[in-house]
Amino acid sequence: MADLHQQLTTMRQSLLDEELLDEQFVQLEELEAEGNPNFVVEVFSLYFRDSTKTLESVGQMLEKTPVEFDKVDRALHMLKGNSASVGAYKVVTEVNRMRDLIEEKNPESCNATYEQLKKEHDVLKGKMEAYLQLLKEAEAAEKPSQGGGGGGDDDEDPMSSTESS
Amino acid sequence: MSTLTSSCSWKAGDGVSDQFPAGLRVLVVDDDPTCLRILEKMLKTCQYQVTTCSRSDVALSTLRDNKNGFDIVLSDVHMPDMDGFKLLEHIGLEMDLPVIMMSADDGKQVVMKGVTHGACDYLIKPIRIEALKNIWQHVVRKRKNEWKELEQCGSVEDGDRPQKHLEDVDYSSTANEGSWKSGKRRKEEEDDAEERDDSSTLKKPRVVWSVELHQQFVSAVNQLGIDKAVPKKILELMNVPGLTRENVASHLQKYRLYLRRLSGVPQHQAGVNSSFIGTQDAGFGAISSLNGYEIQALAATGQLAPQSLATLQAAGLGRSAGKSGISIPMLDQRNLFSFDNPKLRFGEGQSQQNLGTNSKQANLLHGIPTTMEPKQLVNLQQSAQSFGSMSMPVHTHGAQSSSLLMPMGQPQARRHVISESGSSRPPVLQANMGQSIMSTGLVGQALGRSGTAENGRGLGHNAILQTSSAMNFPMNQVSDAPVSSFPIQSTFPTSKGGYPEDVNSSIIKGPGGGMPSYDILHDLQQIRSNDWEFQNVGVTFDTSQPGNSVQGNIDTSGLLLVHQGLSSGQSSNGHNRNISAAGKSLLSADGNRQVTTPNVGQPPTSLVDNPVQIKTEGFPDMSYQAVLYPEHYSQEDIMNAFLKQQQGIGPPDSEFEFDGFSVNNIPV
Repeated sequence: MADLHQQLTTMRQSLLDEELLDEQFVQLEELEAEGNPNFVVEVFSLYFRDSTKTLESVGQMLEKTPVEFDKVDRALHMLKGNSASVGAYKVVTEVNRMRDLIEEKNPESCNATYEQLKKEHDVLKGKMEAYLQLLKEAEAAEKPSQGGGGGGDDDEDPMSSTESS
Repeated sequence: MSTLTSSCSWKAGDGVSDQFPAGLRVLVVDDDPTCLRILEKMLKTCQYQVTTCSRSDVALSTLRDNKNGFDIVLSDVHMPDMDGFKLLEHIGLEMDLPVIMMSADDGKQVVMKGVTHGACDYLIKPIRIEALKNIWQHVVRKRKNEWKELEQCGSVEDGDRPQKHLEDVDYSSTANEGSWKSGKRRKEEEDDAEERDDSSTLKKPRVVWSVELHQQFVSAVNQLGIDKAVPKKILELMNVPGLTRENVASHLQKYRLYLRRLSGVPQHQAGVNSSFIGTQDAGFGAISSLNGYEIQALAATGQLAPQSLATLQAAGLGRSAGKSGISIPMLDQRNLFSFDNPKLRFGEGQSQQNLGTNSKQANLLHGIPTTMEPKQLVNLQQSAQSFGSMSMPVHTHGAQSSSLLMPMGQPQARRHVISESGSSRPPVLQANMGQSIMSTGLVGQALGRSGTAENGRGLGHNAILQTSSAMNFPMNQVSDAPVSSFPIQSTFPTSKGGYPEDVNSSIIKGPGGGMPSYDILHDLQQIRSNDWEFQNVGVTFDTSQPGNSVQGNIDTSGLLLVHQGLSSGQSSNGHNRNISAAGKSLLSADGNRQVTTPNVGQPPTSLVDNPVQIKTEGFPDMSYQAVLYPEHYSQEDIMNAFLKQQQGIGPPDSEFEFDGFSVNNIPV
């Protein structure tokens, strides 16, 4: 357990230090602490689900000719919004950079930036997945009553021992 | 805690609890599930009662279904199904709830847009919980303002305003945040300035139709459909406390006129003309063809047969006449007439342009009340009078001319008069024109005036006689005024074809005042494009404004120009765009109409400037139009224009008064 916690702390710290995450992330954590279990996990699930999709569509749009820069910009705007909301700092930075280039409507530089953005996003995604997984495990470990990794299944499964009281 | 997903689930609102702001009923609209979730959590942490929506339409229907079920709305700016600002407008109109906009975009324009559309606040994403902790202040503030308004109106419509009903209305209050609030404040201020008195029997103070209020009104009207928009329903839809059905009714009336003016001016004109001029319709047609140039010529010659002027005026008046009764109230008459009309010098040796165009001119004059110089107006009046009013003393002032206008309907009589007076009149004409006839008068003046006097006039007269049947307005005589009437001609989109040319030719042929017409035009131009607004103004002129008003008209150049632009705008498609362009087109010789355009263009800047100014004032009109064609941008444009106006022209009193507003600002 201690190891787990230790791991978590280190991980978290590095995420913050490397600016993959920023203050907003801390806010989310605080929200969770106020009695919203699994909030962070939930939020990041939502986020990555959308962000991955958005990035894919942006990639597709860039491959089209002619490039529909307006659409790309709109997609990026959306990505900026939710990335900022979860505290994905580096992703936001890349998004901004790309949006600036979009204004210039230069396909080549846009592509390069897109790759960069994608990379940052994927890095974050990987790390967050690892982190959140660890978090889950840590929480599970702390709460012996809960099923391992049980993400709050409210299935009325008579066999489940985790019946919410 | 129910899990609120992106679907909208409204929790029964039981009003604000005692632990306010806890329990504040918030509706969040955001198409991004991540943000929505986060906001939801944050708001719940603030102890608010949260409902989430991911679509604007769902949000709107939720709000509609649960009137008074929410206290405040948070909405994202960029949403796929409906623009956040549009939603904002809807909410403001229908429910009058405070709305906070959110976006990852922090560009100044976007934020400004939020302000102008009436958002209480604008939050930049990522949103911190601290920012959300204080949103209740907007609710309180709004309630406070509403109470204050209610008190002012002397009627409490929402007696059950929950909680915080703050009686200490301090307007100067706390925050001018929220355009709504500032709008209200402005409303208060405008109230004093507002001349239009919409309120009827109720002791409510005069309602100042601020930008926001008007937007609400327009949205409500659009929602109901212009045909089915009845004051009662509009009032309900607007849901503005303190607003009475009477307020809405009178505003609606004006609005309808405005619309009619914009879209059906030509017809209206025709119709009105007929009413006025009876036989003059033909004349009007002809007159309409009189482009500004001709009018100018007419004016230049100062010999615009009163008839022609009269006809023109009649034409113009016709329109305005019809409206005058109505539009006048709408228009700020004083504005209309306040234009200095340095250009009134139609009568000054203007060539006598065919009065045929007079009708047009008349219209123009009408339209451009402001451009007429006072003296010109007087001249016009006089001249008009001499011509038209059968026996109106030429030197009578605008007042007379106004009377002259009326008689326009009797072309025949006028003709005679004109013919008589024409010859001797020129100077008189000018005086007569004073009134709205100014436009026509200008024409007449131009015609009659034709400095060269009689000859030119003769021509003009002839022309006038033909056209003027209605134009007898002595007003036309205003020709003394700088043939600003010419530009008016141009505004007549209708027949501007042949007729004007005739006029021109006649004018030119006449006293060789052809050239002078340019001068007149020049003068006219100076008169300004105030006429922009004139469309309505013209109307006001009809109301036989005393010389003053006429003068405004006399600024025919401006009038004409404006008129042209206006008419062009109107004729073309009544798009407000046209109107705005009208001012420009006036100068730029709107289409083919304006032969005189070049002339008009001469004193370009003055006119141009004016039109612009007028334009801005006209914006409220445009807003009407904009509303007609539900284009979001037009309203935005209006807003922009409006804002610009504000800067440029000063506090635009409820700019919604189409036309006439500009009058004030038009620097003569």
